[in-house]
Amino acid sequence: MSTTSKPVADEQVRLDMYRMMQEARLFEKRAQDLFLEGLIKGTSHLALGQEAVAAGFAAALRPEDLVYCTYRGHVHTLLRGAPMGALMAELMGRANGICGGKGGSMHLTDVSHGAMGSYAIVGAHMPIAAGAAWAAQERGTGQVVVCFFGDGTTNIGAFHEALNLAVVWQLPVVYVCENNLYMEYTPIGAVTAVANPAADRASAYGLEPIVVDGNDVDEVFETATRLVDRARQGGGPALVEAKTYRHGGHSRADPAKYRPEDEVKAWLASDPIPTYRDRLLASGVDATTIDRVEREALELVDRATEEAKAGPYPEPDALGTELWVDGGSAWRS
Amino acid sequence: MAELTYREAVSRAIAQEMERDASVYFIGEDVAAAGGVFKTTEGLFERFGPKRVRDTPISEQAIIGAIMGAAMNGLRPVAELMFSDFFAVCWDLIANQIAKTRYMTNGQVALPLVIRTANGGGVRFGAQHSQSVEGWAMAIPGLKVVVPSNPVDMIGLFAAAVRDPDPVIVVEPKVLYATKGEVPDGEVVDRLGSAKVLREGSDVTIAALGAMVPRSLEAAEALAGDGIDAEVIDVRSLVPLDATTILESVGKTGRFVTVEESPRLCGWGAEVASIVAEDRFFDLDGPIVRITTPHIPLPAADALEDLAIPSAVSIAERVSTTMD
Repeated sequence: MSTTSKPVADEQVRLDMYRMMQEARLFEKRAQDLFLEGLIKGTSHLALGQEAVAAGFAAALRPEDLVYCTYRGHVHTLLRGAPMGALMAELMGRANGICGGKGGSMHLTDVSHGAMGSYAIVGAHMPIAAGAAWAAQERGTGQVVVCFFGDGTTNIGAFHEALNLAVVWQLPVVYVCENNLYMEYTPIGAVTAVANPAADRASAYGLEPIVVDGNDVDEVFETATRLVDRARQGGGPALVEAKTYRHGGHSRADPAKYRPEDEVKAWLASDPIPTYRDRLLASGVDATTIDRVEREALELVDRATEEAKAGPYPEPDALGTELWVDGGSAWRS
Repeated sequence: MAELTYREAVSRAIAQEMERDASVYFIGEDVAAAGGVFKTTEGLFERFGPKRVRDTPISEQAIIGAIMGAAMNGLRPVAELMFSDFFAVCWDLIANQIAKTRYMTNGQVALPLVIRTANGGGVRFGAQHSQSVEGWAMAIPGLKVVVPSNPVDMIGLFAAAVRDPDPVIVVEPKVLYATKGEVPDGEVVDRLGSAKVLREGSDVTIAALGAMVPRSLEAAEALAGDGIDAEVIDVRSLVPLDATTILESVGKTGRFVTVEESPRLCGWGAEVASIVAEDRFFDLDGPIVRITTPHIPLPAADALEDLAIPSAVSIAERVSTTMD
């Protein structure tokens, strides 16, 4: 853990980031429980342990900014402001889900809050994010696009194509590698030519190599603010590598037994949430305020769960809707 | 009225839409300063400037990804994929992302974008630059696919594609780029999902697409000399498909033949034939016949390539035998 970063966030922002991390953590834990109860089917890729990256960036963005994320995208979508009940309902395949049940865990999207989608083919969203930034640049909207991806993405072609294009066109996009040390089940170091899979590639595209402690929300926020502001002012794209750690396995099916016990123990000790709680207390935030944030986060997750459970299953008619903009899916006369 | 080549029609089509709508942008490899490797986009860069007509790196995933993202954020972008064979290097973006995102998000996202691409054989480019891939695109729910067979259709169907709120693939038979046709003055706008009866006839319905259209018309003239009166339909749009026009024609003629440049298996004609079989079985006087390229990659040598792709002569011969 870095303790040297100078937080640029004021107390309100810091408390807000703590709230976001709590909501994200409790949402993911609840999703895990609902899987075990059989109320959520399919698969899920939880971001337990990685909440600080999402919260630090979310706090640095404006409402009009756009976020692209991966199948490990529950918390990114949530922290843009998507309604929690509708996200939970989507995981449960209900009609009141954010995508009407058609997306599921790996495709949470809330365009009305600038959460432009969760993409489940590794790397695909990197050029898509570049395209959204290109439109922002051409239309002069002042938007910045943030694109989150995993360490495994750095070895796929779309990563390199997108970075090159973003630099050549000087697009307002910030690419954020959430390096949780494992690409699915394999240590990223075992399959990558360089030690820092994203940062060590930055110079190939004329970008500054940036590594941050992804478990330190203050440090993430500081870096996010700097790079997002720069992009907004026409300073071009950036590539950040945030070191973090999954508390669980790659997906629901993975118990993550391939990780050394010592490593897991060390990273759990730098869990971004309790460490940040301690820091807030040390900086003079009183315990009752923090307790209230925690209590309210739990109440929010409880309400969201009830709202989702109460939702109906999609009507059969929904099967053939919204393939086309006319609302239907007709392909012949 | 003016006579244009197909390649001139491409640039006129793009210019027409860029002139009309400032949110239309056009990108691709060598499309701007160089005017396109097939010279289909000459003059656009000079007319619309380096922002709206923009060269890209050889990065098909970035090109297709970029237009998707741009379409999500307020532009109506058009990309050129230099050869349709290159679908294979950006198929994730097309099949997994562009085609599915609207449905997966339950209508939160609209993708008003166009991918235009040079398709098919007949120019001796060999197996990796000659494929007819329109069938790949039509197989994925969420993509619209049109194949203009002449200059005026190129302009009209392209305009319809740009104005359509959904993603559209415009497939251009590269062997037709040098062919000419009359184009009316002023704006030309057509309709997706509309086939055209190009030659009326009473004995057999020939449904053709792209480069097979002029060959089928030529075959029909030859057949007329033998007393066979063929109706020729230019299918023009695979998705949406104008099944009505085809079925009405089969109801009249009682015989149905498809002429496809793509290799045999799962060509568009297989789908159309199955529709005819399901909906008009009792109107048929004989078996449905599919005339296709054999199920092989296309060879480069002109003598071999000419053997592989249906020609006016081979079409006429095959139709003639089915009438027996």
